[in-house]
Amino acid sequence: MSISISNISKSYKKVKALKDISFEVKPNELFGLIGPDGAGKTTLFRVLTTLLIANEGTARVAGFDVIKDYKSIRKSVGYMPGRFSLYQDLTIQENLTFFATIFGTTIAENYDLIKDIYIQIEPFKNRRAGKLSGGMKQKLALCCALVHKPKVLFLDEPTTGVDPVSRKEFWEMLKRLQQKGITILVSTPYMDEAALCDRIALIQNGKILEIDTPEAIVKHFPKQIYNVRANNMYQLIKSLNIYKYTHSVYPFGEFVHYTDSRTNFNPEDLKAFIESENLSNIEIEKTEATIEDTFMELAK
Amino acid sequence: MFGDFAAVNAITFEVEKGEIFGFLGANGAGKTTAMKMLIGISNPTSGKATVAGFNVFTHAEDIKKNIGYMSQKFALYDDLTVTENITFFGGIYGLSRKRIKEKSEILIEELGLKNVANKLVGALPLGWKQKLSFSVALLHDPKIVFLDEPTGGVDPITRRQFWEMIYKAANQGTTVFVTTHYMDEAEYCDRVSIMVSGKIEAIDTPKKLKEQFKVNNMNDVFLKLARG
Repeated sequence: MSISISNISKSYKKVKALKDISFEVKPNELFGLIGPDGAGKTTLFRVLTTLLIANEGTARVAGFDVIKDYKSIRKSVGYMPGRFSLYQDLTIQENLTFFATIFGTTIAENYDLIKDIYIQIEPFKNRRAGKLSGGMKQKLALCCALVHKPKVLFLDEPTTGVDPVSRKEFWEMLKRLQQKGITILVSTPYMDEAALCDRIALIQNGKILEIDTPEAIVKHFPKQIYNVRANNMYQLIKSLNIYKYTHSVYPFGEFVHYTDSRTNFNPEDLKAFIESENLSNIEIEKTEATIEDTFMELAK
Repeated sequence: MFGDFAAVNAITFEVEKGEIFGFLGANGAGKTTAMKMLIGISNPTSGKATVAGFNVFTHAEDIKKNIGYMSQKFALYDDLTVTENITFFGGIYGLSRKRIKEKSEILIEELGLKNVANKLVGALPLGWKQKLSFSVALLHDPKIVFLDEPTGGVDPITRRQFWEMIYKAANQGTTVFVTTHYMDEAEYCDRVSIMVSGKIEAIDTPKKLKEQFKVNNMNDVFLKLARG
């Protein structure tokens, strides 16, 4: 296993940030840790990258124990923290040379690994990191995390606050890195990115809600979901929230995702109820569950 | 214009009263610059704009009284309590003590914050802070509220509760001007505009934009436009 985590718990004073976490990441897997702010994602990253010691449990990364072999782990992993943490007053090239040097290597030695990403920022190589745009900073940070050819790459919310175009490009880069044999553990609050991982763990309040492939997680959704629409979205949500057979109701794009608490549900009954609430242009149709539906059902 | 760089280049659009208007664009497309001009803290190099009926050049102070603003970066004071934050912002907006007290009670009740009313805001979960921050931006019953990436990082359930609050405000006649990187949220808007390199490349209802670009969701509309 590239990463194996057994019964890890970690507390900060009164707050339990991680509660009995266990899972494994296979070699060359692209594994996603999906959850909102405060779920414990960053704490787990810090434990795995040997920057924080857990209160309970054990963890191994690239075959090494996070406590005993912490020095070996540091040589074998790349870590891109959520907050930009390169030297703002060094240029792109200086930052990269610096990281290569402390890992005892050179940019040239592993250039094939970073080439795709580096050529996109190379025209600005003499610009200070502090003066770069968000997208360029992100690419530089990824280059710095890769310059020593790590076996395992940790990316903590690399796409937070990034627009959809740059997010898509970033995930394409990750897929290419995976093809070069690197194991990747990546965290994100964007549920749509979950579908791009081989396997995912849904995490909230320090606990793992579920671990599986994105396809399997969606299949486990226990109910039939209906897309519902009417002329006034706000009134529709308000009405469905007081309907006695409602199991869940969540806005989803132009529709509301509705599940019913009955086993013998007939959409016509729902339509009649919505009509009785003085709403019009009603549409009700079956739809498939998404990762986000599953997350909300589990987190309820 | 900043130096010789036109951050926002001859943009023209209108937002109606009570509308939820999504203002979308890639990082660096000029959204923040445009928003700063609309809230009266930056002057356009050329052109005209009125917000809530006031000219951004000559009546910036009137605009500030008639709008609410919430951004992900700056929202509330972490080292003041919930009640103190409400009182502080109520004072800034010129509400009477009596009005602040009334508003404060209603707001704390509605948000279910009774048990934490005297806790420091810094100790609250992000989702609660964001909901409180939105309510504070509406404290003085502004005609328009500007929301700059209000839901970044929060869990999907809280994100939806936040949007229910937005629907409610719009339903009561408040105009909502919102930026987001979540394309499913773009679909909650009555209309959206998409900015690319300082220009508005598309503006319409999400439904019509999807038809126009022959795609199933706003994410694909965005990718088609911004990637060219």
